[in-house]
Amino acid sequence: MSTRDLVPILVFAAVAALLPVFVTANTWLNFAVFTLIICLAAQGWNILGGYGGQYSFGHAAFFGTAAYATAILQVRYGVNPYLGFGFGIAAAAVVGWIIGALSFRSGLRGSYFALVTLAFAEVFRVLANASEMTGGAAGILIRLDVRPENFQFASRATFYWIALALVVAALVVTRALERSRLGAQLVAVRENESAARALGVDALQVKLSAIALSAAITGAAGALYAQYFLYLDANIAYGTWISVEALLAPIIGGAGTVFGPVLGGIILHGLSEFTKSLVGRIPGVDLVIFGILLIVVVRFPPREIPGLIRMWRGRR
Amino acid sequence: MIKPDPAFLSVHSVSKRFGGLLAVSDASFTVAEGSITGLIGPNGAGKTTLFAIVSGFEKPTSGNVLWRGEEITGRPPHLLARDGIARTFQIVQPFAGLSVRENIAVGAFLRHRRRAEAIAVAEQVAERVGLSRDLDKPAAALTVAGRKRVELAKALATGPKLLLLDEVLAGLNPSEVRDIVPVIRAIRDGGITVFMIEHVMQAVMNLCEAVHVLAQGRIIAGGTPAQVVRDPAVVEAYLGHGAATRLAGQHA
Repeated sequence: MSTRDLVPILVFAAVAALLPVFVTANTWLNFAVFTLIICLAAQGWNILGGYGGQYSFGHAAFFGTAAYATAILQVRYGVNPYLGFGFGIAAAAVVGWIIGALSFRSGLRGSYFALVTLAFAEVFRVLANASEMTGGAAGILIRLDVRPENFQFASRATFYWIALALVVAALVVTRALERSRLGAQLVAVRENESAARALGVDALQVKLSAIALSAAITGAAGALYAQYFLYLDANIAYGTWISVEALLAPIIGGAGTVFGPVLGGIILHGLSEFTKSLVGRIPGVDLVIFGILLIVVVRFPPREIPGLIRMWRGRR
Repeated sequence: MIKPDPAFLSVHSVSKRFGGLLAVSDASFTVAEGSITGLIGPNGAGKTTLFAIVSGFEKPTSGNVLWRGEEITGRPPHLLARDGIARTFQIVQPFAGLSVRENIAVGAFLRHRRRAEAIAVAEQVAERVGLSRDLDKPAAALTVAGRKRVELAKALATGPKLLLLDEVLAGLNPSEVRDIVPVIRAIRDGGITVFMIEHVMQAVMNLCEAVHVLAQGRIIAGGTPAQVVRDPAVVEAYLGHGAATRLAGQHA
């Protein structure tokens, strides 16, 4: 990875870091933090789905595992939240590796893999809803105690910068992956697994590394969510909503590109927020927007917004 | 000087059964180190299955494969590639979304961890197979002949000692065949043993020192190309029962 590879990321980081200087309204910062959390979850999905071509419908499994791990360690065992955050990410990576080992070892691909990941996430959701450990259906509450050493901050801007730092870190990791042997092998497996194996690529190992990394990044989003909202229940942590968000953003913004998930996340949430301000808070209106956007994008190859813009400009 | 190993690759009574079909039946042969050895036979003879067994994509129902005296039967393809056995596919398998350079680099990454090195090796290999001018094109944009070269280059980039070529010349016109024959010969002269399935007899006669003939899953003949094409069993396998005698009668 050369310095030149990092320039666009640094430019993005610098521009985005200035946002709280201009926008001080809490609702807007709230919106920005939430969008960044989604972007982070989507960046995780992008590693496995975008670069590896393994479409997971169950990234909630990783999001939720890290979120619950962070919350439970603090609430039940008094573990320091920063430490809990790290444990949460590690737990997500382990869960990712295990789900990967079970499904890739049995040769599951394409829609079968998607269904199995969805099933895992749903099983976790049902278990979390029933278990005492997770607070069951009532959910789990992290005690409000606003002190920096508690990973709780009085100013939303601080949280915004932390979320942004994680998103930027994920951008750097993605760029590094693109430039690495693992990245090249992962893309080769996506394009043609048999051909990749013939060239000495251990396809199983490559996919397992990818799912662990992918789960860790999406897990970071989950842990951050827990720490920001201080409340979790099974439908939030393991709900289908986050699996869908994590895959929609990269698909719309450009799967298998460094900036795709961030771009897609901003477009999706920008648009849904814009509609809400236009038509008022009708429940589900954002989902309608997501649906329309997805249909439009998928209808026209190259099936991603940056590509559509390039094509449109080329045609003129 | 080290004497070349005559049993560099040896296949011992390998059989492969798919349900009721015996695709390969008790096949035995060897490939000598430093040679260009051909595997020919009519369509459906089991050549590709045999290749899949040697390259680790299929496990034989019985029999074994030895590579420089070591048992490699059923070893998975990625490990065989590390050991120095590379293959190409009859139906070319480019990484369609990637450029020619990136395609070849996937092979080069096997022995070069760093991207810069892998890319440099990929460019050297491209030079060897005549792809230098196409490095930035997407692999999917090349002609059939170009894609065959990419297939060859990817395998070469893994730094093999034995190269298995599954019909690299199929689908090429005569002038394209003429262009690629010296490339294959140069690969061998560079120290890589070549074992090739081929239908283009002109190329087989031209390139191979030894040929094995497979028909209905059995090895029915072996020897130099000149010996093999005169073998009555081979003529019958291609042209039908009694063809050899009829041909002999016509020539008399």
